[in-house]
Amino acid sequence: MPAGEICIIVPCYNEQENIKNVIDDIIDNTPSKEKWTVLVVNDCSIDSTGFEANSTGKADVLDLPCNLGIGGAVQAGLKYAARYNYDYAVKFDGDGQHLAKNIETFIQELKSDKADVVVGSRFCTKHNGFKSTFMRQVGIKYFQWLIKLLTGKTFTDSTSGFRAYNKKALKFMSKHYPAFDYPEPEEIILLNKNKFRIMEIPCEMRKRQGGVSCLSSNRAVYYMIKVSFAILMAAARKPEE
Amino acid sequence: MSAIQIISITGSLFFILAIIQAIRLKRLKEAYALLWLITGFIFLVISCWQGAIDIIADLFGIVYAPAILFLFMLVSAIIVLFQYSIILSKQNDQIKNLTQELALLKNKAQGCSKDLPNKES
Repeated sequence: MPAGEICIIVPCYNEQENIKNVIDDIIDNTPSKEKWTVLVVNDCSIDSTGFEANSTGKADVLDLPCNLGIGGAVQAGLKYAARYNYDYAVKFDGDGQHLAKNIETFIQELKSDKADVVVGSRFCTKHNGFKSTFMRQVGIKYFQWLIKLLTGKTFTDSTSGFRAYNKKALKFMSKHYPAFDYPEPEEIILLNKNKFRIMEIPCEMRKRQGGVSCLSSNRAVYYMIKVSFAILMAAARKPEE
Repeated sequence: MSAIQIISITGSLFFILAIIQAIRLKRLKEAYALLWLITGFIFLVISCWQGAIDIIADLFGIVYAPAILFLFMLVSAIIVLFQYSIILSKQNDQIKNLTQELALLKNKAQGCSKDLPNKES
């Protein structure tokens, strides 16, 4: 029975080229004094992601029998963390975009109880080396504006998938995670509405090391419309019981 | 009784019987059949009592009375489709939960034998 303090949830779909490096990156950068588990959530990949992750022997693997999309995969990981009573959960993308050396900072902020949820932002400060495409930057600015309008708070990187949750937040999110496609901005609204304290901290992100992003340009229009709509609806809902 | 009336009454009756038969054979859940049944009965009423269309048309100021029929068909189809979207979304949620639960159970079943670093047993 897995148990421990920190659960690092790595959702992935067809990341056979990246997954080993991602696991190694986490293992190498996680402080040994903590108890932690790397949990790879394999969202029904058609390549050998699940096998690769399993063969490292360093990660626990959740194999989803149907493809649920990123939201459903993350929620499965959060359910795991809630069920096995982890104190903290970290969401870490399986494509190698995030840097595991940031995890410790995230956990420190949670431990000092400055926030319930920590979001890694590429745009908090100028120092980042992350080069995004122009259209993607326009999209991120637009969401920043929309979320500011609805919450009165500024989130510089609402689409960032690099997040850490304390126990209260992870229990809540395991039940109410917006588990469809592209959940990140919606999640911010949901958390804010339910009085969770969200904190952004700057972190660098890499470009993809391999594999294919889930967000191709012809999906971008759908993404903008769907996420805007989902954000508005999330804002219109009452807080959960 | 005019030919069209006979045809429409028979048609409506067949429609209603088909629905009831489907429920009887457990191919259709009662809850999902209600909207269809209501539609069928309204068709039956309109077929038997043709004056009804004129009365409704007068009421709403519709010049061409048979347009009521098209309006009625369209509205019932939209309502049924909307109900389907709701059912679909609910099932989407149920499938998601089942998938996650299955993955968690599979992990639990296999995980007992695994030895991971830094993980308590």
